[in-house]
Amino acid sequence: MGLEAYIKDTGFLTTQVNAIIAWARKSSVWPMPMGISCCAIEMMAAGDPKYDIARFGSEVMRFTPRQCDLMIVAGTVTYKMAPVVRKIYDQMPEPKWVIAMGACTSSGGMYRSYSVVQGIDQFLPVDIYLAGCPPRPDNLLNALMKIQEKIGKTKASQFHNVPLQKEGINLPELNVIQKN
Amino acid sequence: MDLKALIPQKLKEKFPSVEFELSDYKDELTVKFDKKYIVEVCAFLKSDPELEFKLCSDVTAIDWATRKNRFTVVYNIFSLKNNFRLRLKVPLSGIDESDCSIDSVTKVWQASNWQERETFDMYGIKFKNHPDLRRMYMPEEFEYHPLRKEFPLMGIPGSLPLLKK
Repeated sequence: MGLEAYIKDTGFLTTQVNAIIAWARKSSVWPMPMGISCCAIEMMAAGDPKYDIARFGSEVMRFTPRQCDLMIVAGTVTYKMAPVVRKIYDQMPEPKWVIAMGACTSSGGMYRSYSVVQGIDQFLPVDIYLAGCPPRPDNLLNALMKIQEKIGKTKASQFHNVPLQKEGINLPELNVIQKN
Repeated sequence: MDLKALIPQKLKEKFPSVEFELSDYKDELTVKFDKKYIVEVCAFLKSDPELEFKLCSDVTAIDWATRKNRFTVVYNIFSLKNNFRLRLKVPLSGIDESDCSIDSVTKVWQASNWQERETFDMYGIKFKNHPDLRRMYMPEEFEYHPLRKEFPLMGIPGSLPLLKK
């Protein structure tokens, strides 16, 4: 079933660097559990043995943004909370993805109110909007599979120093093999 | 003696010059009086050995919108000794800055500190002599008071800035 079925006796496998990096990335998406309210309960349920997010390589919920690839924003984001969510997102290393889990994060949901941000896409780039109030754990797993699909299509080169180049900052290139 | 009779009687004895308006709704007593006497009355209700209203459950306000005395500050207090709830209502006159204020009861009940901050945040009522009258829920730079009747439900566009993507 796994890779060993293809390798057989020879122990060789030909592939592209982009393909294998994308495969590695999508098979080990480490989520940042941004559990703000009730959606977080369903997010926790997705991690339990019944739904088992580990089947998708995402069981490592990291409580530090430095080690995360995917931010699951689970819960109502108020205007007062928005800078905090954004700060944590900014601390995550590139490349990174965002799931807006549930009606509140996607659109403000039932909170048509002055205090609630009507959709986190106003201050975060969102990859997947997940419907439900709250969404069931299997729905979250579906969103994760969609993210994996998206990551599978990426190329390694497209994330190289992207934010730094945008801001006009040039860093010395590391690990470059000298030609002569 | 029944507390519903005892409380008005004691208040009248202690403050003969103050007008107390009494009402009884769903078996709960409400006392309405002028805002000048709020601290004295509260201190008396707390310290009197027969009453002992030691718990300040809530401080809030009502915005009557078009009435002459627009705001009413409401104190819900509780006597643990007698298991008795009492509501104090204090109307404020006018909506301009000078009138929209009342003395703080934080000296009487420490618990009223945050409750008064919340009331200030939501209604813009100034509590004089409050030790730390900052907003409770809304960001400190926010200019409006959301539970006032003229405030739109969806807020005022641009009043709460978000970071750009």
